[in-house]
This record gives sequence, structure tokens and C-alpha cells, in this order.
Amino acid sequence: MSDFEPKVVAFVCNWCTYAGADLTGTSRIKYATNVKIIRFPCTGRIDFMLLLKSFANGADGIIISGCHPNDCHYTSGNFHAKRRWIMFKELMDFMGIDMKRITYSWVSAAEGARWAEVVNTTVARVRELGPYVSYQKMVNTHIEEEVTNE
Amino acid sequence: MSNIAAKAKELLESKAVQVVIGYEAGPTGVVRPAFITDAAKADSLIYNENCVQNLAMYLTKHEVKHIGKMGIVATLPVMRSIMMLISEQQVVPENIVVLGIAEDGKLLDIADMNVMHSHIEKSNLGNPTKDQEKLAELNKLSIEERFKFWEQEMSKCIKCYACRQSCPMCYCIRCSTDCNQPQWIPVQSNTQGNMDWHILRAMHLAGRCISCGECGRACPVNIPCHLLTMQLSDQAYNYFKVHAGTSVDMKSVMSTFEPNDKESFII
Repeated sequence: MSDFEPKVVAFVCNWCTYAGADLTGTSRIKYATNVKIIRFPCTGRIDFMLLLKSFANGADGIIISGCHPNDCHYTSGNFHAKRRWIMFKELMDFMGIDMKRITYSWVSAAEGARWAEVVNTTVARVRELGPYVSYQKMVNTHIEEEVTNE
Repeated sequence: MSNIAAKAKELLESKAVQVVIGYEAGPTGVVRPAFITDAAKADSLIYNENCVQNLAMYLTKHEVKHIGKMGIVATLPVMRSIMMLISEQQVVPENIVVLGIAEDGKLLDIADMNVMHSHIEKSNLGNPTKDQEKLAELNKLSIEERFKFWEQEMSKCIKCYACRQSCPMCYCIRCSTDCNQPQWIPVQSNTQGNMDWHILRAMHLAGRCISCGECGRACPVNIPCHLLTMQLSDQAYNYFKVHAGTSVDMKSVMSTFEPNDKESFII
């Protein structure tokens, strides 16, 4: 599918990555327009259900980004988030949901160029993987359908 | 009269407890949970290899809790559940008398939580062998095969929430599933929503699951949902070296952190 444009949702923290993304713009660095940025108070505030909901609502890839360890505005939000992500990643791996579609990164407010790079690599990777239909189509399958198929 | 019945009778007669939670044979011979409040009826308490239900789930239920002090027939998973509930401030140790049962079915003398702690420490804290084998088998599959497996399993789910009800760690009075602002989990059964529910459940039990396998046993459509939480309790040990339910002052895995937690996927 050559005309496939991936939809990527970025959940970012207000204090580092959002400011970093701002810097990317003010520095006039060009990057993929496929990304929709959602600003959060802290990475520790990003619930894993939001990721599942965005996949369900048509996202093909997700970026989650916050302050580097020890740089958190609330001192420990990103450490808590890190533990949660470790567990979430293990669960996703076990359930067969492809972690290649989710990028976790630390991007600080001074790393405008790095943000562009994170977005570009993620979009390129998701473009290769194609639309995430295997997750989205599940909304139409349930037990009744299976019984009639048999 | 079995040792358990004798001990229960003694506890009830001396008013050390007001209710003993144990197992009895129902009218058809099927084992069912029993709540004995009368010393004369303590004889009906039994213990055999069919007594597998995790009774710790009843410790947090209002209907049982308000009777008074509780005695509970406890195998290893139940003891670990009790430890976990104490560490999360859901039960008060003074309100519980444990009628511990060793792996060979013999009655243990558990005088207090320190004795229980040392008994748990001596035991095997991993997942049950049968489940561990299934986990290893699934982990060997490719990611697409695993997705297929779970997609197939999740399509069966009828959203009865028996997995939640049977779990001693799922004690929230208001579950996020019961809330509709926002509606995280759709009410109707479809594979995607079912998968969302099982992911939510496993994540909320991450580092708290004590590997009793009760959720899988309770499931009316035989979804092996206990494998999800067991995989995470395995990983919680791998990453953070914590076994859930081993001490009364255990720190919750997901609400604490170490600055040097190791991971390899954050760029």
C-alpha cells in the first residue's frame, strides 16, 4: 500500500518533550506530519488504557515521551512511568501485540532535533508495518460470529 | 473429626473467632466454601485435594467481615493472599486466625504473621509447574502466533467478570469497569473490548498476583486468563526481584521505583 499514511499519536509530557517539540518548530526543523501530539502533565499520568483506546480508534503507531530520568518536573513521575512501561511491554509481548508500533523515548526541552528524529523513525517504521488492522478488526468479532462460522 | 474441624471448634468455643471460613461437601458432594459461626457445626469442615478455591477473597467482603474475627483455612496461595491484603491495609492481622495447611494436607500451627512469614519463605514461590510449562510453551511461539492464540481465547469471553470476583486482590468496591465516565471497557462482548478488559485486569494485578490461578478456574468459558497475571508475576520477579505476598510490610511493585530499574526499550 503505497498511499498509506500512518496515523501516529504522541503522548508527551508538558515539561520536557512538549517543550522539545516546540523547539523543533521554532528551530524550523522539518519532520513527518503524521503525528498528533497530546500534552500530559507528566509521563506518570499516561494510563496504558489510553494507548489501547488510540489503537482501537485508528492509530497505527504511538510515541510516548517524557523527561530524562532525574529530570522530572515532579521529581519521580518518569521513574514510576518506567516501571509501568516495563510491565506493560512484557504483557503486550506476551499477548502478541507488536511493540514495534510503540516508541518509548526520553526527549528533553533542549532536544528539538532529537524529537524530529524520534518522530521520523517511528513514522517510517509504522509505514513499513502498515495499518494496524489486526487490532482494529477485533471490534467486529465476538462469540456469536464464531458459532455461526462453525 | 479432622484436625481442621477440631481446631475450628476450639476457636469458635473459646470465642477467639466468630466465623471460620473453610470448605465443606455440598449436597451433591461437590466441595464448596463454608462459613461456620456455630461450634456445633464445625464437624462439617473438610479438606481434600478438591479444596482449591482461594478463600482469602472472602476476607474483604462486607458480609463476612462484619461477623467479627475470622478464622480461615489457608493453603499456601491463601496465606500469600492474606499477606498481600495485610500489606495493602485491606485486613487487620489481629482480626484473622490462620488455620494453615501444609502441602501434604496436614494442619500447621500458625500462631501469628511471623510464623506465616517464615512458612511462606520456605515454600516454592514460583508459578505452579503446570502453568509455568504452558507459559514457556506460549513464550516460544512467534508474536503473530501468540496474538492469534489470545485473539481466539478472548473471543470467547462473555464479560461475566468471574475472574475479577474470584480474585482476592481485586477488592476494589468500585472497579474501573463499573464506571462509565469514561467507559474504558465496552459493556458488550467483542474481542477487542474483551482483550482490553484482560489487559486492564492483568496490569492492575501486576506485581500483586500471588499465582493461585483462581481466575482461570473461575472462568466459565475456560479462558486461561491466569496465564496473563502469572506471566507478569514472573516478570515482576525478573525485573524487580519481588514475590508478591511474602511479608506484611512489602512495598507495592507498581507504586515504588528504583532509580536504576533496568530496561532496554526506551530510546
